[in-house]
Amino acid sequence: MTAQSVDHVSLLPLYAAAGTAVLVLLADLFFGRRVVLGALTAGGIATAVCAIVVGGSRAGTFCAPGGGACSWVPSPLAAVAAVVFAGLTVGVLGLSIPSLRLGTAPTGEFCFLLASSMTGGVVVGYAGDLITLIVGVETLTLPLYLLVGLRRFAPGEKVSTAPASASITFFLISVVSTAIALLGAALNYAATGALHLDRLLNATGPFAPVADAGVALLVIGLAFKVAAVPLHAWAPATYEGAPLPVAAYLSTASKLGGVLALAAIVARLDAAALTAVLAVLTMTVGNLVALRQTRMVRLLAWSSIAQAGYILAALALGAPGVAPAAAYAVFFVVLELIAFAVVVALRPPGADGGPLLAYRGAGRRSPWLGASLVLAFAGLAGLPPGLAGLFAKVTVVDALIDNNHGWLAGVVALNAVIGLAYYVRASALLYATPERVGIAVADPALLEAATHPRLPVSRAVGAVVVAASLVAVALGFAPQVLFDALG
Amino acid sequence: MTIYQVALVAVVLLPAVGAGVVAVFPARLDRAARITGTAFAAVTLLPIILLPFARQAGWTAYTASPGALRPWTEVDVSWVPALHLDFHLGVDGVSYPLVALTGLLTVLCAAYSLKGPGRALIALLLVLEAGIAGTFLSFDLILFFLFFEVVLLPMYAVIAGWGGDDRRRAARKFVLYTLFGSVFLLLGVVTVAVSAGTADLRELTGGAGLDRTTQYAAFTLLAIAFAVKAPLWPLHTWLPDAHTQAPTVGSVILAGVLLKMGTYGLIRVAVGVTPQGAEKAAPVLGILAAAAIVAGSLICLRQTELKRLIAYSSVGHMGFVLLGIATLTTTGLQAALIGNVAHGLITGLLFFLAGAIKDRAHTGELADLGGLRETAPRLAGVLGFAAIASLGLPGLAGFWGEAFAVVAAIQRGGGLWTTLAVLAAIGGALTAAYFLRLLRRVTHGPAAAPVSPVIAGREWLAWAPLAALILAVGLAPALVTGALP
Repeated sequence: MTAQSVDHVSLLPLYAAAGTAVLVLLADLFFGRRVVLGALTAGGIATAVCAIVVGGSRAGTFCAPGGGACSWVPSPLAAVAAVVFAGLTVGVLGLSIPSLRLGTAPTGEFCFLLASSMTGGVVVGYAGDLITLIVGVETLTLPLYLLVGLRRFAPGEKVSTAPASASITFFLISVVSTAIALLGAALNYAATGALHLDRLLNATGPFAPVADAGVALLVIGLAFKVAAVPLHAWAPATYEGAPLPVAAYLSTASKLGGVLALAAIVARLDAAALTAVLAVLTMTVGNLVALRQTRMVRLLAWSSIAQAGYILAALALGAPGVAPAAAYAVFFVVLELIAFAVVVALRPPGADGGPLLAYRGAGRRSPWLGASLVLAFAGLAGLPPGLAGLFAKVTVVDALIDNNHGWLAGVVALNAVIGLAYYVRASALLYATPERVGIAVADPALLEAATHPRLPVSRAVGAVVVAASLVAVALGFAPQVLFDALG
Repeated sequence: MTIYQVALVAVVLLPAVGAGVVAVFPARLDRAARITGTAFAAVTLLPIILLPFARQAGWTAYTASPGALRPWTEVDVSWVPALHLDFHLGVDGVSYPLVALTGLLTVLCAAYSLKGPGRALIALLLVLEAGIAGTFLSFDLILFFLFFEVVLLPMYAVIAGWGGDDRRRAARKFVLYTLFGSVFLLLGVVTVAVSAGTADLRELTGGAGLDRTTQYAAFTLLAIAFAVKAPLWPLHTWLPDAHTQAPTVGSVILAGVLLKMGTYGLIRVAVGVTPQGAEKAAPVLGILAAAAIVAGSLICLRQTELKRLIAYSSVGHMGFVLLGIATLTTTGLQAALIGNVAHGLITGLLFFLAGAIKDRAHTGELADLGGLRETAPRLAGVLGFAAIASLGLPGLAGFWGEAFAVVAAIQRGGGLWTTLAVLAAIGGALTAAYFLRLLRRVTHGPAAAPVSPVIAGREWLAWAPLAALILAVGLAPALVTGALP
């Protein structure tokens, strides 16, 4: 038997991403912070470029001798996902720069972990078998356990154990979910002998129940990663405890990884009923609980749980739902990144998201940031001016109705109404007039300006807000670009 | 691209660009921003005036036969093929009067706000104009839905930002209620687009490519969506709160053109695309319409607040429009069309006047008003004119829509429709009763609150065109629709 031939060109995105991680580590050893940041930014861009160059139509590599059955499969979806992961990594790095400058986390380690996570994300997109897939998901999440807890406190700063406890929560839940997913993959393998995604088939015969149980466990294990109800309880606590940029990464990149992994499973194996139930529960519970949130990050966390429900609804269609789900996920991560970026910009460096009331009048003090946040909230609610979000909703509803899931489309649409209630409340708060104080004040606006100073926005954070907003607006006017890239 | 196509796109694009320009003005140039915004609204009138010259064969009156969509001019650019979405705009005799009304009311409102509370309001008015005009001009179902949604948040902002004391609750009720309606619209248009494989209204009009079951399902979804927007009894409960709390210009736009998106959608989309569904549902719609007319009038008789009364009167007037549509006859649809425009003009004027009265007397309670005839005779005169137009005096705009809706119901024949016609006529009489009661309370009697008789130039500017058009449409209804049969 000859040695397996490996197509190194199709592996370029992986080389670029993993190389970035190594490069960052070395740069930290020999050079200063600026070089490290530059290395990660350049590496992220290189990964995206490699993914675009390799494209989605190249043959797979690491294939079984019999042909077909490859472990590394470039596809249009994989290429888009790699670009999005790279973009999110660079974006989250930009959001972290003010707090890194403050020394809340060691720059080198932070950047290395972020690059490793990006590598995992790239692998998830290209994975062609269950083992690569789960290894990819784990590589994506493993660095995040550390990133969530990685918080140094300045002398005199009030030390909080919130990041550490968030990290432990996330770690425990994640390990359990991985174990469940692995058990599912193992059961399915035992029953059908298939590990490669393109050999996965719905089992028949005496082992069918074992295979079905395996599929169900696999879906449940991965559903933890997208924080689907009832497997969601870790998400709000973890987001709230994590540093803001890391929370942004969790709710975008980490969620996207889970979606891709789920999509790979449900496209081949029948898990429609389970996914539909998860979808209905996720969007309804997510939206209803979000209605009662009083803290910004928790609101975003619950809203992103609800958003995952819309994606799961599309995935309940099986293979026809993969493209709409992926499109929705891309629209969603862009809008979510804007929301988090604006929150970072409005808060002092290193601070948490704070209560919603802290944002009162923020849109009047910083009109551009306010406009960006309104764009993001409107998009998440699926309304103009957030055209990207509107097209995302239409895409999912279109796919559901096209595949005779009108009832699920109805649930999605009705949930959009509940969702609007809290998005509109949060948006209106940005423009609310100063609260009346008990004592007579000559100029309430002046008092508000004194108690809510307008913070300077660091250049990196500003750049992320602008770039993400521009991407959202561009996708809103030319969504066909995304549909073409995915098709 | 012909000049008419450029004009068509400009009707939507100019206000949108204007809104963007006004929004980036710095705060210290507030006055300049307001003037710029008003100028954009005024310039938008030019392409609107140009559009009628595009028609070749006279006013294309609506006929109930399929394939009736003969646009004077259209623009069709592919936008998102994956979602059946084309940027397809077109104008014909059904949409043009409403587009013209939108352009006119926006200019009047912008000019009225020149001396008012800031540039953001004018920017929002321009966004509203772009969204409403886009809705009327869309020849693609998904595009129609998109423009339908554009108006939602700006109108919320207008109510929540410049409204009365209870504005937040009213605005939230408005936005959630109407989004609830839009949900059905989304499901309806996607159902149609997916079943027929196209969202092009020109191909879809007449129900081509849709089987009976799909038409029933789609009509139900679309009818609920438009019933919430119009609003039709019993889905009207968001309207009074929104109107009572909205600022004057918000009320004018809301009553004048925003509600028309519902009735226009019912004619163009629901009846146009799913005629079999409409045929099946016609009796239900007719009964709801008659109920709306009678219920609206009865509720109005008990109102004690000026703006609330006018808001509830919209429910009755929209009932007449729905009755016209429900008959599915050419007469009925033309009555609906003219009723739409007349209501936009008259209620627009009424809300301007109500705003003027509330600004002066600082109350809208009928019990606290009175004697306007003595304290502000001119204001009382215009109010009397508008009220009489609204109750449907022959010779003024309100008459034609209501009279011919009843005529169409009689023509339709049968026990049900005749009964509905009688009920509608009784409702019309009740309309007269509550408007006369309104006039008695507000203009007659002892002078209650001191009201300044001086009428500012901007007020005359806002009222005069509306009053003139009410008279013009009343005398020559062919201005709105071709010669009535």
